[in-house]
Amino acid sequence: MERIPILRMGRLLLVTIQVDMHDRLAMTLQDDLTNRIVSDRATGVLIDISALDIVDSFIGRMISNTAAMAKILDARTVVVGMQPAVAITLVELGLALEGVSTALNVELGIKLLQQVNR
Amino acid sequence: MTPGHQATNVLPLKTDEDVVRLRKQVREDLVSLGFSLIDQTKMVTAASELARNTLRYGGGGEAHIDQLTNDGRHGLSLSFVDQGPGIEDIGLALTDGYTSGGGLGLGLSGAKRLADEFAIDTAPGRGTTVTIAKWKKF
Repeated sequence: MERIPILRMGRLLLVTIQVDMHDRLAMTLQDDLTNRIVSDRATGVLIDISALDIVDSFIGRMISNTAAMAKILDARTVVVGMQPAVAITLVELGLALEGVSTALNVELGIKLLQQVNR
Repeated sequence: MTPGHQATNVLPLKTDEDVVRLRKQVREDLVSLGFSLIDQTKMVTAASELARNTLRYGGGGEAHIDQLTNDGRHGLSLSFVDQGPGIEDIGLALTDGYTSGGGLGLGLSGAKRLADEFAIDTAPGRGTTVTIAKWKKF
């Protein structure tokens, strides 16, 4: 089955989404991330969406849910690389992405996650 | 909706992959019509929401893509058609956050906000057709 690879860097998990995900693939990613947070005892998750030219409510919910589950498991989530057109559309869509921190790029995102690293 | 258009392009919406294909086709059409990046993003996002609704709530269906021209202006119209259960209360369905299926409840109302034109034709037992259109700005 196709999966989006999850990389580990110390206590951080890194995911870069480079394909236009169908819904099943997004759900698989959500499950995989949650499982890896537990199995790797991760303290942070970085999701790179710089290659996504759309984020609809389903993907938005996947990201929010992942962040919520990560929080319960004492990990923080940062989304990086949101394209400006995507940001504008999300606001108009009414999607808040609550509980999700954002950063401009992977480097800044990792710095943000390492600030709360214990 | 408006006068003057070419042949309709009909795409099936029966699987998750069909939704991905639809997004790609809508994006291609908007690019070829010269829409701005922001307008492309809004319309493809709206299309994704409605296509998903057709698949999840409508039992599957199809999308009709039409290129529009009116007085020298170019636009794109998308219709999402299903023979599903239909929507009982359109007002309720268009409320932000209302969902009958565990989603976020932003798809229908969101698509309406993202498009320039929005129309819905539905009734219990009669299926649902949602049509959105966007016009290229000069």
